Amino acid sequence: MSTDAVLYDHPGPRAKIRNLVLTVVFGAGLLALLYWIYLKFDEKNQWAAELWKPFLEANTWVNFIIPGLQQTLSAALVAMVLSLTFGLIFAVGRLSDHWWIRLPAGAVVEFFRAVPLLMMIFFLFFGLPYINGGVPVPAFWAVVIGLTLYNGSVLAEAFRAGVRSVPAGQGEAAYGIGMRKNQVMRYILIPQAARAMLPVIVSQLVVLVKDTALGYIVAFPELMQRGVNDLGANRANIVAAALVAAAIYIFINFLLTSLAGFIERRTRRRGIRVPRNAVNPVHTAAQNVAMPAGMGGGGGATGA
Amino acid sequence: MDLLSDPDNLDLYLTGFSWILRLTGAGALGALVLGVILAGFRVSPIPVLRGFGAAWVNIFRNTPLTLIIFFCYFGLFSTLGLSLAEEIDLNNFWLGVVGLSVYTAAFVCEAIRSGINTVPAGQAEAARAIGLSFFQVLRMIVLPQAGRAVIAPLGSIFIALAKNSTIVGTIGLAESSNAMKTLINDYGSQTILIFLIFAGTFAAVLIPTGYLFGWLANRLAVKR
Repeated sequence: MSTDAVLYDHPGPRAKIRNLVLTVVFGAGLLALLYWIYLKFDEKNQWAAELWKPFLEANTWVNFIIPGLQQTLSAALVAMVLSLTFGLIFAVGRLSDHWWIRLPAGAVVEFFRAVPLLMMIFFLFFGLPYINGGVPVPAFWAVVIGLTLYNGSVLAEAFRAGVRSVPAGQGEAAYGIGMRKNQVMRYILIPQAARAMLPVIVSQLVVLVKDTALGYIVAFPELMQRGVNDLGANRANIVAAALVAAAIYIFINFLLTSLAGFIERRTRRRGIRVPRNAVNPVHTAAQNVAMPAGMGGGGGATGA
Repeated sequence: MDLLSDPDNLDLYLTGFSWILRLTGAGALGALVLGVILAGFRVSPIPVLRGFGAAWVNIFRNTPLTLIIFFCYFGLFSTLGLSLAEEIDLNNFWLGVVGLSVYTAAFVCEAIRSGINTVPAGQAEAARAIGLSFFQVLRMIVLPQAGRAVIAPLGSIFIALAKNSTIVGTIGLAESSNAMKTLINDYGSQTILIFLIFAGTFAAVLIPTGYLFGWLANRLAVKR
C-alpha cells in the first residue's frame, strides 16, 4: 500500500497551486538555511582551501583514511561472522526443549541486549587486564567481542522471532516425514526464518558497522580514530574530516543495504512472508513471545 | 557492595546515572518531536518535503552516533563556536542532546512511517470522503492509529537511546560509562563487581522497560 495514494487525492487545480506555493516556500527556506550554514562555516573560515586540500593529497588517504577504513572493515567483518554465529546458537538455545539450556541462553541474550556497548568495550579493554594477570586486551578484540556479544544477542532475538513466524505446518510436515528436531531446525525452520528476517538482519549489520566507531574510544585505529581524530588534529580540519568520514560510513552502509535488496530480490520465491502490514517483523512476530528489549544504536526501525 | 559505601564512589555512580536519565529524557523528547515532523514530511504531497525527510533519514541513520556526537562537540562547539550553556558540563550535555535527538529522530521517523502503512487505506479514504484535508486526515485519523501500532518499535528506539546516551561520555560528560571507567582504574581488583553494578543497573531498568512496552503495545493495539 503506498502512502501517497492514501493520505491525499490526486491534486486538483487549487491543490496544485497550493502545493507549488508550499514547494517554493519550503524550498526557499531550505536554501536559506543551507546558505546560512554556508555563511557560518565561512565566518569561521571552514571553506578555506587548506582545510580541504589534504583530501586531494595521496598522503592523507594512504596514511590516515585507508588504513582506518581497513581496520573498520576488518573489525566489522570479523564481528559480523561471529555475531551471526552467536545469534544462531543462542536463538536455537532459547528455543530448546530443555529448560537448562533455554533459561541460561535467555538470560545471556537479555543481559547483553540491555547493556550499553560502550560499557562492554570499556570492561573488556580496561577491566579484563586486572583479572587475567595483566595481559592487555588488544583494542581490536575488545571492540570485536563487544560487538559480537551485543549484536549477536539482538540477532538471536531476530532469528527466534523468525523461527516463530514460520507457519507451524512447515515444522509438523518435517517431523511427519521423520526428521529429527535438529534437522527440522537446520533444513526447514532456520532457512525460512533467515529469509523472513533479512531486513532486520541487515539493519543490525548496519548498526554493527556504525558501532565500530566506538573503537575510537579505546584508541583502536579505525576510521573515526585515524580519519577524523588523528587527521583532524594534524591538519586542524575537524569539520572537513568529519564530513568526509561521515560520507564514507554512509557509502558503506548504503552498499550493505543495496546488497541486501539485491539478495532479497534474487531469493524472492514462494514461501513465508512477513505480512505486509506488519510494522516491523521482529516486533510483530515477537510481540507475543517477548518484546525485544533493545536494539542496536537504534537499528530496530527497519526500512519498511 | 563495599565499593559504593564510599560516598565519593556512590556520588560518581549516582551522578553518572542521573546524566543518563536526563540525556534519555531530553533526547527522547527532541527525537519524538523531530521524528513526527519528519514522518509528516515523508508522507506529504510535496516532493521537496519528502526529499528532505528521506535525506535526513538516510544521512543520520547511516552515520555512527559516535561521529555525530564528536561533530557536535568539535565541529559545532569548538570550531564553529556554537555554545549552548555557560557551564561546561551543561554545555556538553546539551550538545549531546542535540546529537542524540538528530540521530534518533531518523529512527522515530521511520517507525512512524511504517506505522502509517499499517492503517488500512479505507480509514484515510473515508476521512477524505467526508472532506478532511491532508493535515486533518494525518492528525485526526492516521497518526492516532499509527501511533498505537508503533509503541513497541518506539519502545525499542527509546531503550536504544538510553544505552546510546553513554556515548556522550566521549565529549567529557561524566555519565555512567565514564564513571565505570574511573572506578575500574581506581579499584582494579574489583573490576567484575564494578561492571556488574553498572551493567546490572542498565539491565535492571531496561529489561523490564522492554517488557512494559511490549505489554502496552498489546494492550493499546488497534484490534482489527
